[in-house]
Amino acid sequence: MSTTLFDKVWDSHVVRKIEDGPDVLFIDRHLIHEVTSPVAFLGLKSRKNSVLYPGRTFATADHNTPTINQHLPVEDPLSANQLKALEENSAEWGISHWGLGHQNNGIVHVVGPENGITLPGATIVCGDSHTSTHGAFGAIAFGIGTSEVEMVLSSQCIMQPKPKKMRININGKLGFGVTPKDVALFIISKLTTSGATGYFVEYAGDVFKNMTMEGRMTVCNLSIEMGARGGIVAPDEQTFEYIKGRTFTPKGTAWDKAMNYWETLKTDEDAVFDKEYTFDASEIEPMITYGTNPGMGTGISQNIPNAGEVEGGVATYKKSLDYMGFHEGDSMIGKKVDYVFLGSCTNGRIEDFRAFASIVKGRKKADTITAWLVPGSHIVEAKIKEEGLLDILTEAGFALREPGCSACLAMNDDKVPAGKVAVSTSNRNFEGRQGPGSRTLLASPLVAAATAVTGVVTDPRTLL
Amino acid sequence: MAYDKFEILKSTAVPLPIENVDTDQIIPARFLKATERKGFGDNLFRDWRYNPDNTPKEQFVLNNPIYKGKILVGGKNFGSGSSREHAAWAVYDYGFRCVVSSFFADIFRGNCLNVGVLPVQVSATFLDKIFKAIEADPNTEIEINLPNQTITMLASGEEESFDINSYKKQNMLNGFDDIDYLVKKKEEIKKFAENRPF
Repeated sequence: MSTTLFDKVWDSHVVRKIEDGPDVLFIDRHLIHEVTSPVAFLGLKSRKNSVLYPGRTFATADHNTPTINQHLPVEDPLSANQLKALEENSAEWGISHWGLGHQNNGIVHVVGPENGITLPGATIVCGDSHTSTHGAFGAIAFGIGTSEVEMVLSSQCIMQPKPKKMRININGKLGFGVTPKDVALFIISKLTTSGATGYFVEYAGDVFKNMTMEGRMTVCNLSIEMGARGGIVAPDEQTFEYIKGRTFTPKGTAWDKAMNYWETLKTDEDAVFDKEYTFDASEIEPMITYGTNPGMGTGISQNIPNAGEVEGGVATYKKSLDYMGFHEGDSMIGKKVDYVFLGSCTNGRIEDFRAFASIVKGRKKADTITAWLVPGSHIVEAKIKEEGLLDILTEAGFALREPGCSACLAMNDDKVPAGKVAVSTSNRNFEGRQGPGSRTLLASPLVAAATAVTGVVTDPRTLL
Repeated sequence: MAYDKFEILKSTAVPLPIENVDTDQIIPARFLKATERKGFGDNLFRDWRYNPDNTPKEQFVLNNPIYKGKILVGGKNFGSGSSREHAAWAVYDYGFRCVVSSFFADIFRGNCLNVGVLPVQVSATFLDKIFKAIEADPNTEIEINLPNQTITMLASGEEESFDINSYKKQNMLNGFDDIDYLVKKKEEIKKFAENRPF
């Protein structure tokens, strides 16, 4: 029978099927961080269970960590307490732990691929919805709740009904200044924030084939923003090239054995999806969001749509624009911006910093802009320095912070003040996401850079 | 964590007729810093419920004494966004045992079932009827009957059935969760693990 890539990976991980119930799914790799794991460890202890396979779980501190002075004690006692819990729980159970200051520390979805934890054909979970990122490697990767974190710790399995299958094809060539972030925001604007709920999405077609691994990560990362549990791209030569030789990647005969498996990971030609969408790359321009969910996005040269032109209730739409302080029909270009955030598991990798630097090179940060540039990991940070990007950024008036989730969800001090507008390369523009009362415009690193030097929303194509 | 059994719930309901209520609204990230599962109900819908100076926002439904009950009725695509189980904990800790909507985000739905909150998905038409009934009479009683998988507006008798798989239904009826089930299957899981390529 013809099957999809998703079927192949999922079915090979089913330990047992429960009639009219979920599948018991084996998890190859489990990532944990300080915010969603402490209660799982408490549960484990109170039930007198133990961690079944400590070598399959990897801990990194990222969500609430400060992005300056990481060598000093963390000031916020609650954050410090969570970080301590992660460290102690990891030590107690023999789990690899990359705390603050560790050379491999960084955002969980950045360090996973960087260190070869992320592998094709693997099942990967983490108590974080952007775990979908790892689908870029042909893995089934998705976010879970804390009860499920406890399940994985104690049994290396979770119980999940198998999602339906969707394929999104984009063929053709992306236009000038159009990045993977724009591709993702474009898809979400077409499907809406709930358009893929209940589905697992395979991305196919020229655009994804020709996209770098980091670009694929950005797209898969944002799969959750249209409701999908995850996204997946078939592994190819580029994938194998990327993972080869990394710390946790199989070596020697184990690599050869894994390659035999990985080479089977593709969707059969006549496999059937429950839903399929096809777009042409030429339809996509640099994108920006104007509302309070990631589906409320538009081409940067377009005006904010009228309520009648978009799906969903008028009251909800108006509430959203009111929060943003925007109006139907407004132009996005030229809107005044106060903050620019480059970073997060969506756009905190080296290619994102290269893109940002390509625009600010030889220009100056606008005086009215506060900019936070936060690398996704220490490895990214080191590359920024190695490649001379730091000099370009410094010359243009920008400073580099230390790695972490930072202003993406503002659990640390990197909070956008109430009423202020941020152009952000992160993944969510929900009310208050970047700090109570903050207003977020999601966009690519190119749009963020163009905005950072002008002080207003700017089409990067005018500066490239 | 075990939770109370769920069989038949008869209660008034709190209406929240907003679409795409995301988990950042249900519980903002800055309240996720606990290392124990305690006190999340106090911060349920924090920024919609309170002003920055912590005074209640009077117009928000949870601050309106007319509306109360163990059932929360939300607009389409309830619980989208972050996977934080803290959102389901906050709903439970506040005192809700059931959330009704015409559409739920996947992870939130799963989290609810794992912590003892029953997500009841109804048609858009039925959801609209519930909102209208509560608007006309905040004392409108709703019955959620899990064994029969029905939701009924008691005054009018209008009823709809809802889906839940039989495994999860048994769990909710008995107050069980998945962890006990999985730990019992450990030997089977270990055998399976031996054959994994990595």
